[in-house]
Amino acid sequence: MSFLKTKARSFFSKRTAAILSLMIFGVAVASSAFRESDQAMMREITFEKENKDSVESVKAFMDVYTVLMSPRCMNCHPAGDVPLQGDDSHLHAMGPKRGRDGKGVYAMKCTNCHQPTNTPGLHTPPGNPNWHLPPADMKMVFQGKTPHELAKQLVDKNQNGHKDTKQLLEHAHDSLVLAGWNPGEGRTLPPMSHKDFVKAWTTWIKKGAYAPAPTTN
Amino acid sequence: MAKIKLNINNKDFVLDADPQMPLLWAIRDLAGLKGTKYGCGVAQCGACVVHLNGEAVRSCVTKISRAEGQKVVTIEGLSQDNNHPVQKAWQEVDVPQCGYCHSGQIMSAAVLLREKPEPTDQDIDDAMAGNICRCGTYLRIRKAIHLASELQKTARKG
Repeated sequence: MSFLKTKARSFFSKRTAAILSLMIFGVAVASSAFRESDQAMMREITFEKENKDSVESVKAFMDVYTVLMSPRCMNCHPAGDVPLQGDDSHLHAMGPKRGRDGKGVYAMKCTNCHQPTNTPGLHTPPGNPNWHLPPADMKMVFQGKTPHELAKQLVDKNQNGHKDTKQLLEHAHDSLVLAGWNPGEGRTLPPMSHKDFVKAWTTWIKKGAYAPAPTTN
Repeated sequence: MAKIKLNINNKDFVLDADPQMPLLWAIRDLAGLKGTKYGCGVAQCGACVVHLNGEAVRSCVTKISRAEGQKVVTIEGLSQDNNHPVQKAWQEVDVPQCGYCHSGQIMSAAVLLREKPEPTDQDIDDAMAGNICRCGTYLRIRKAIHLASELQKTARKG
């Protein structure tokens, strides 16, 4: 025992041991601080490595398409400059106009009636703090688009609000997108749950964001 | 119930009210300003339009929690002596018939003229389409807005 004690004393002095401990602690803290960015990097790598599959991608998009063409999404992506309303997607009563920024004009701005939350009651104005249409310089029309046309539009930065792949994936969680699943009394929900929509949306994009054939309806 | 601070027509009010209460209720019943009218209660007619930070909101569906700490202007506060160009034009053209919707009409028209001082007929239609008049005074409303535009221009020059 006395031999071991002597060896230990000579191998690590108390001062060296203390310095080593501090260094190990420092490295541990630094690793912990960068853990989040490491994880973000891993997600990117995972995304990059995902295999493209046109069949899976198109199949997922056809599910996405049913949601985007439902009144809860399409009503605010009209072909004209007046939003649509109701489950039959009729022109919005009062004829409010898109305006340059998509937020209406003069005394007819969206948020004059659409409050930050749904107004109680049947067919009363649904709410969101950021209620608006796409802006006049990029109308992002859904109404009347075929699956082929809409898929091509959604991945075209010059037509999709300048969104890259990451921003497109995130857009499925945008509060105004989510509002489609909380539409207020008297309005039907999109044809699938938000969870299933996100799954289809993500699959479509990660498998290559392929557009269905032009002949697909 | 909660203590809600509202600034209406540059006057501070501390109201004991539910934050979910419609602003229209607070304006009429708690602040005692009766010029703003109840029409439909669901943002369909425009009779209840007031300005919230300068925008023509429908006070029947605007909760007082949204207006707390913001600037609210009602028809009573639009001008000092009913001398806003829109008010003067409304009198000159003798626009109202029954008059019930006209505080809302005037508040909407005031926003239009601020943002578009010389509006076309199309601008007027776009701005005023959400304000319904059961008496059908629409042509006089349009005429009065054009006159108000002229009055505003003259006042700015003078």
